[in-house]
Amino acid sequence: MAVHPPAALAAIGYQPEWLAVLGEDFMRRALAGGVLVAVAAGVLGYFVVIRRHAFAAHALAHIGFPGATGAVLLGLPVTLGLLAFCTAGGLAIGWFGRRWADREVATGTILGFATGLGVLFSSMGTRSAATVTSVLFGNLLAIAPDQLAVFAGCTVVLVGVMALIARPLTFASLNPEVAEAKGVPVRALGVAFMVLLALVITMAVQVVGTLLLFGLVVTPAATALLMTARPAAVVACSTALGAVAVVLGLVLSAMFDLPPSFPIVALSFLGWLLALAVSRRGAASRD
Amino acid sequence: MTAGERGPALVLDGAAVDRGGRRIWSHGSLTVPGGAAVVVIGPNGSGKTTLLEVVLGTCPLAEGRVTVLGEPPRRGNPRIGYVPQHYAATVGDAVRARDLVALGLTGTRWGLGRLRPDERARVDAALDAVGAAEFADRRMARLSGGQQQRVAIAQALVGDPDLLLLDEPLAHLDVRHQQEIVDVLRGIHQEREVTVLVVAHDLNPLLPVLTAGVYLVDGHPHYAEIGDVVDEELLTHLYGARVKVVRTAQGDLFMRSG
Repeated sequence: MAVHPPAALAAIGYQPEWLAVLGEDFMRRALAGGVLVAVAAGVLGYFVVIRRHAFAAHALAHIGFPGATGAVLLGLPVTLGLLAFCTAGGLAIGWFGRRWADREVATGTILGFATGLGVLFSSMGTRSAATVTSVLFGNLLAIAPDQLAVFAGCTVVLVGVMALIARPLTFASLNPEVAEAKGVPVRALGVAFMVLLALVITMAVQVVGTLLLFGLVVTPAATALLMTARPAAVVACSTALGAVAVVLGLVLSAMFDLPPSFPIVALSFLGWLLALAVSRRGAASRD
Repeated sequence: MTAGERGPALVLDGAAVDRGGRRIWSHGSLTVPGGAAVVVIGPNGSGKTTLLEVVLGTCPLAEGRVTVLGEPPRRGNPRIGYVPQHYAATVGDAVRARDLVALGLTGTRWGLGRLRPDERARVDAALDAVGAAEFADRRMARLSGGQQQRVAIAQALVGDPDLLLLDEPLAHLDVRHQQEIVDVLRGIHQEREVTVLVVAHDLNPLLPVLTAGVYLVDGHPHYAEIGDVVDEELLTHLYGARVKVVRTAQGDLFMRSG
């Protein structure tokens, strides 16, 4: 009985034709789409960490779930459903949770309700099982050409808006009271950031899925922050780390016929572990 | 403008403020002269921080008038530097001291772009003025409470303000670090033409700097020279606890006794 390897292990095998697979159209779109999302997520990730929005990011991904299943129910594009629910969720969290302590509770409450809706919608639909799987775990290999165009447009808008608001947003994130007194529109920036975050999450959910979203939105920024504290360097690093994780992850997925979400978040996690070990050692030798 | 021809830093005229439908204080009529170093004292909930917010323009008056540095208060007045209470609590562990100070200069600016050389020099000067140059490149979370407070003051100072507002700058600091911060404040007050308004619970460590006080008692703010604020009867009434003032050769010292 122990002679046969479990079926799950047998499914993971080296694919000798992986180089050819990488050249396929769907793989090229996956690479381009994944890198675009990694860039957008890397830019936003720094602010997710300094604003302590990690839980909000996690929640928004789950809030998108009923959006996706609801869209399938109504015969609408999944991206539209994700975007509508993530944006509404982002606005609600930004509005109700002005202070960090309030935000945790508001976020959790909205998250709970949204997940309930997701269960309802997915039980109502007959065709939704595949959508549920792809929303939960991502489906980078199924990115369509028009989806890629949407990703490109969103990334350009995100990077442009972030370049415009980066400095006041940093000020409002780190010293909200001082920034408020200095005339920075702290509240409006907070809401704007939640909308931008909703946009990134709408894209990232389609790459790595709701359950693995952290690996692309938070982990690269956290890793970059272990390496440097200069804001511009952190953004550059987290963008690069995310892009490398996506590219190498796709290569590994082609080589071993894995769903790409896993190698992407696994590489992201390994990078974080490595940075943690190096920074711990550095700190120990300094003290 | 030299110290001699400088106008008052703050004028309240029949001022009153409400918060959440409740009157915080009223009948505020006082003048804080330019260049003064003024402590704001009063029991918890008497509206000390609210007074700072009135000055900052983030809390409108319910009644009366207020003039700050000769004009109506307005948010974003670059002539005011502000260090809120619990400054470091919102900062997190991901930012260097130097970058925070730079935000005091450029944080309101839209768009990207590096610091100009003259701005970099001003950041360095502010860090120097508070004795924070040696740890300017370290992360805030790695600094002690006293060092973090120095960085906070440097951020408020970097815009070269005419009025510096500090909310409980000595809270949660041990005696030695309290003295260091007071030394920093004294240096700033002596070397720059700046009016200092500092909210505090304990007057003792600040006495070497202070020239006057605003005390909030029975729902009204009053202004007095520091010699008249450090008064047994006043402080006892203010805090609702017996306070004894002991005068020493070094200067005034107030003590609390149960």
